Amino acid sequence: MSVTDTYTPVPDTGGPAQPLISVRGLQKHFPIKGGILGRMQGKVQAVDGVSFEVKKGETLGIVGESGCGKSTTAKLLIGLIEKDKGEIIFDGHALGERLSLKDLRRGVQMVFQDSYATLNPRLTILDSVAFGARVQGLDDPDDLARKMMDRVGLDPNRFAHRYPHELSGGQRQRVNIARALAMSPRLVVLDEAVSALDKSVEAQVLNLLSDLREEFGLTYVFISHDLNVVRYISDRILVMYLGEVVEVAPVDSIWSEQAHPYTRSLFSAMPAMDPDERTEEPPLAGDPPNPINPPSGCRFHTRCRFASAVCKERAPNLAGLTRRGDHLVACHLYDAGSGHPKAGQGVPK
Amino acid sequence: MTKLVDIQNLNVCFKGKRTVHALNDVSLAMEQGETLALLGESGSGKSVTLKTLLGLLPPKRTQIDGKIAVNGIDVMSLRGKALQRYRGGEVSMVFQEPALALDPVYTVGHQIAEAVMRHKGVNKAEAMSTALDMLDRVRIPSANRRLHTYPHELSGGMRQRVMIALALACRPRLLLADEPTTALDATVQIQILLLLRELQKEFGMGVIFVTHDIGVAVEISERIAVMYAGQIIEEGTTREIIRDARHPYTRGLLAANLHDVARGERLNAIPGAPPALEVRPESCPFAPRCPVAMAECRAALPPVFHPSDRRRVACLRAAEPIAAE
Repeated sequence: MSVTDTYTPVPDTGGPAQPLISVRGLQKHFPIKGGILGRMQGKVQAVDGVSFEVKKGETLGIVGESGCGKSTTAKLLIGLIEKDKGEIIFDGHALGERLSLKDLRRGVQMVFQDSYATLNPRLTILDSVAFGARVQGLDDPDDLARKMMDRVGLDPNRFAHRYPHELSGGQRQRVNIARALAMSPRLVVLDEAVSALDKSVEAQVLNLLSDLREEFGLTYVFISHDLNVVRYISDRILVMYLGEVVEVAPVDSIWSEQAHPYTRSLFSAMPAMDPDERTEEPPLAGDPPNPINPPSGCRFHTRCRFASAVCKERAPNLAGLTRRGDHLVACHLYDAGSGHPKAGQGVPK
Repeated sequence: MTKLVDIQNLNVCFKGKRTVHALNDVSLAMEQGETLALLGESGSGKSVTLKTLLGLLPPKRTQIDGKIAVNGIDVMSLRGKALQRYRGGEVSMVFQEPALALDPVYTVGHQIAEAVMRHKGVNKAEAMSTALDMLDRVRIPSANRRLHTYPHELSGGMRQRVMIALALACRPRLLLADEPTTALDATVQIQILLLLRELQKEFGMGVIFVTHDIGVAVEISERIAVMYAGQIIEEGTTREIIRDARHPYTRGLLAANLHDVARGERLNAIPGAPPALEVRPESCPFAPRCPVAMAECRAALPPVFHPSDRRRVACLRAAEPIAAE
């Protein structure tokens, strides 16, 4: 019996047109407590009003700098932390209503950045991979785990009884992928899953992820700060800044034209690969602001070259570009009625 | 003119529970004012090279042989006061994690001034004004106020600027930078790279910049030396390495950068993983992963091939024309 036969995901309920996961108005604020009385002194607005959809079989890449809420979004998606507000709908079923947390985890699994910290050091590789399947009461978890290990390129006879510290970073990340897939998920959230790996190993793991996606019909949410990697693996890219979505678009569309001023800066901050075309001018000055007290209105206005009075006052809505409806951007420059002096013109070249 | 750096046949071996041959027969020369990127993956010996240059490795557990001269100074023979003068005076270092490298209990101004007083023998007031000048030069806004802040009050990018100001305060001839931008966000990373480039021009110092990111190396350096398994396997100008890489490992690294790879196209990944270095490599260390390896590659260390002046490739097949892939 091949590994594909043991792969038994929860059945598709809504047909191909229904998004696999749909997130509406997701919000998560972390309170900061301090002082002698431990009173709340402020809150980190980690994720604020985030909405997006991931279609079946699609890979959505999420990019942004540290503190932009990428990882918090990931953790909310699989219910590792509780949301404050908003809806998470998996294949038509809203989490907390028709869908329990345990059911959600059968359909959604996650691979984390730090391959060492996310494996129990006292469990063998086999036990780690079989753990989730055992909790969910699937048939013969050990056999399933061995097949999955074999599929990700770890010979079960050599690795099954080893411990995480005996493996290299690349091998450990394969274990994490096998552990996620042992649950036969339909959606895998990969949070900086290849970022800690060396370049040559990263390419191997990316090839593996592409193969698995095809073989098991997986849907990925792929979070990374490396734009080249995100472009390679994703169908659509979502850009976050300080807890908000600033732009969502198909890869080719965003690669040829970055609509939001922040996206444009982020793309031009990529180091050149040509010694004759080195960067001469940094695209942005200073560090990203603190998400504890984010700027008012459009959160990017403090660093934006095109900011005007309206940007400080009102937050822009995420809306489609006139020419391409599937390319969404949240910027007053694209909204003819926003009151920005250059409204409706888009970002100047 | 004396060479800024002249390393000859350097071997570094860590003894302890297990032996690690971290550097194997490394030779490297740099002219005054050059910027060199040491490019390689984890465990390739990049950071060990920098630490050896500063004499930072624990002497009890490290066996070092070979020759290191910086500006004509024999680094291996330095002890006590002379070593203190050399560190920070002649050569200084910027580390990857400025939050760990800076002392949390002193203000940043105090830390910079302390180094200046030690090396230049000036009084506190003069040293503080040097510190202020340095904060200005690394483009820290309202430097006067920042002088009296503690490291934890600064953002990651600002801390790295302070680290650079501290390293350059005594005008070293050589700056060692160990992945100084890896922990930073992309938009901050490019700011720090451009700052280092400017300061290098301004002060005319030499820079050795350790990185695993080819794009970063391209942005910062004139020359690149690629390391693998404790050896330098290829060296040349940045242009030569990017446009005409000869070593199969360098070519694999360039491909793995995913620049200009079509979506969904299968990646030309280098199979396997780097060797463990518990024994000193006696044959080409890359041969087990190499797509073009021959029997000879597994028999002995490859000869070093010099296609042009100051360009070298440690590969048996480097002289052959590269087959179109």
